[in-house]
Amino acid sequence: MAKHILVAYVEDKPGVLNRVASLFRRRAFNIDSLTVGRTEKVGVSRMTIVMDTDDVGARRVESNLYKLVNVLRVDDITEIPAVVRDLALIKVAVNSGNRTEVLQLADVFRARVVDVDDRSLIMEITGAEDKITKVCDVLRPFGILSMVRTGVVAMRRGSDVTSEEPPLVPARIVTSAVDQSASDAVMSV
Amino acid sequence: MKLTGAEIVWEVLRREGVKTVFGYPGGAILPTYDAMTKYPDIHHVLVRHEQGGTHMADGFARASGEVGVAIATSGPGATNMVTGIATAMMDSSPMVCITGQVGSKAIGTDAFQETDVTGVTLPVTKHNYLVTRADEIARTLREAFYIARSGRPGPVLVDITKDAQQSTAEYDWDAATPSLPGYRPDLHALPDEFERALDLINSAKRPLILAGQGIIRSNSSNLVLQIAEKAQIPVAMTLLGIGAIPAGHPLNLGMMGMHGEAWVNQAIQRADLLLAFGMRFDDRVTGNLKTYAQNAKKIHCEIDPSEVNKNVRVDVALIGDLNATLEEIGPGIKAVDRSEWVNAINELKGDAAVRDIQSLPDSGNLYAAHVINDIWRITKDVDPIVVTDVGQHQMWEAQYFRHERPRTLITSGGLGTMGFALPAAIGAKFARPEREIWVVAGDGGFQMTLAELATIVQEKIKVNIAIINNSYLGMVRQWQEFFYDKRYAATPMVSPDFVKLADAYGLLGLRVTERGQVADAVNRARAHDGTVVIDFRVQKEDAVFPMVPAGADLDNMIRRPKPVAPALPESEGDGEWEMPK
Repeated sequence: MAKHILVAYVEDKPGVLNRVASLFRRRAFNIDSLTVGRTEKVGVSRMTIVMDTDDVGARRVESNLYKLVNVLRVDDITEIPAVVRDLALIKVAVNSGNRTEVLQLADVFRARVVDVDDRSLIMEITGAEDKITKVCDVLRPFGILSMVRTGVVAMRRGSDVTSEEPPLVPARIVTSAVDQSASDAVMSV
Repeated sequence: MKLTGAEIVWEVLRREGVKTVFGYPGGAILPTYDAMTKYPDIHHVLVRHEQGGTHMADGFARASGEVGVAIATSGPGATNMVTGIATAMMDSSPMVCITGQVGSKAIGTDAFQETDVTGVTLPVTKHNYLVTRADEIARTLREAFYIARSGRPGPVLVDITKDAQQSTAEYDWDAATPSLPGYRPDLHALPDEFERALDLINSAKRPLILAGQGIIRSNSSNLVLQIAEKAQIPVAMTLLGIGAIPAGHPLNLGMMGMHGEAWVNQAIQRADLLLAFGMRFDDRVTGNLKTYAQNAKKIHCEIDPSEVNKNVRVDVALIGDLNATLEEIGPGIKAVDRSEWVNAINELKGDAAVRDIQSLPDSGNLYAAHVINDIWRITKDVDPIVVTDVGQHQMWEAQYFRHERPRTLITSGGLGTMGFALPAAIGAKFARPEREIWVVAGDGGFQMTLAELATIVQEKIKVNIAIINNSYLGMVRQWQEFFYDKRYAATPMVSPDFVKLADAYGLLGLRVTERGQVADAVNRARAHDGTVVIDFRVQKEDAVFPMVPAGADLDNMIRRPKPVAPALPESEGDGEWEMPK
């Protein structure tokens, strides 16, 4: 089991997010995060899906996504050099005694302070998921009043432009690394 | 040409080649029904319940290979369709369902008979649409037909608001070409996969073909037979694969799985290569996955990539249309003498292979297996289409009715939908009016949709209905007998007098209580001009053998009880059966 990052290009039509979400629920795929937004192309949205699974599991998600008529293309970019970012807003409790210390920590993590009042401040931080988790750990002793994270977005590095055109042969099958997790499935009725 | 949305619906149906639709009118679909009067070349069958309408469309599709069409109104009309849609989804049956929806301005207001139909049917359709404008109807319906019949077939639902049906739009068939950039039904395996598959096939000593419904859907029966005969590879069938290759073919072992014959499951467990053709390793055919076919490499020829490695890990996957795959791989398969393996399976069969329940003396009792086998013997010259319901009779049919041709057995496999048989048979009759049709249903399932008898009367069609009446929900009772210490909770069942019921509908009803009356009743039914209902009062506590308990190892079966007296056929379970260790 490892983190897998899938990028799905989908038609920007009503109900598409529902179809994708419904698929994960229906097939009992557990996802860490799912983000969706517009792309440079009109009518095409892009989803970044992070999940904890093995190669065969990731391939199952990919092939099930392809069954959705509105899904144009799915790329598993787990092994591809990519920029992966998560954004968080963190409201930290501060007082006159520790404000400076918190601001210094923000500086260390290159977080931006976007709101300050006498008892709290809001920090905006962007980075890989583990960096943000680390910031949270460091800030927790001061008291995190509120936090929101966007979930991961990702883009492959280099000047290669990924087309949202569906590949001709999405029939890639993982046959190596056989594990027995599917065989452990509890039989129904 | 300017037309109303309702007229466009019928124009597209006509262009798609639809001759028959199965439906039930109501408020939100009324404009479409009103426009129907202008299209007398499309025959509308008024069903008695929308579930029946979907099963009819499904039965039509399975008998013909074409897309079946069902129509219903919004709200309850549409929700009544859900069981039929799910049935078609599980068995990959091409179907287009058209439902009326409240006016687009009323959507989301909990208006009268409003339901979020696209939401409700999302997990049980291949795709679905909500159409709110007349100018979107033509393209959407064309896409629906294309999606339903291409790739792995399935049901597509199109929900059309009342105002979209009423308003007008320019109708232009050519301009309404499907636009589905993300939909790729034309997948093709990679070349090196073919090479790996051929290496495995040509070096296998104990190969076995697992024949699924994909063979029937892709019209690949001849190609499979050619491969089997050339390379001497025995064939085991799934329930829905029955008919894919002739029952009488010497390489056809019979049905595999939970109620498959012991030698078939034993052959699977001993094989060194499984060639899965258009089947999906359902839990009913694999038993315990941990011990399933451990000695075998697996080649999966499958149109749907998401089925590969879902239940069983395979060594090679040949993705794509089965017919194209077999065309490509066939010439590379070498003729190999595998008589040793074929003989070994014949040895596994042993006495069971010559067990012909017909050749055994008649004990006078009426057994379901006898009834079904007698119907087969009497009708086999015309290869009738048999439509079964779900339960014990379904398994006995699979065991004792020998199907020689594709599309002669229509049954709900994946979803196991009771009540399927009668309406699906009506649909099959409309698809193949020249064919003899038999409904084989239990007393439980028949009562779920028997209202469609009135549809039969109104449409003046003939089917022969055999009710295998054991006064129990037999399959559930069998599980209670085997696994719940014979506590028969809610399985004894009272039925109406089916002969009188037939009479009330103006149909001929017959009752059979003894073996000696079976042939006469079947012959009378066949000779009769209209639909006939035969109430076969069979042995009440009979069980289907052999049986792999759910989740048990495939070759660890509950076997037929040893006959108490030589005069009794093995299937007549008067002796004590033995639970496998």
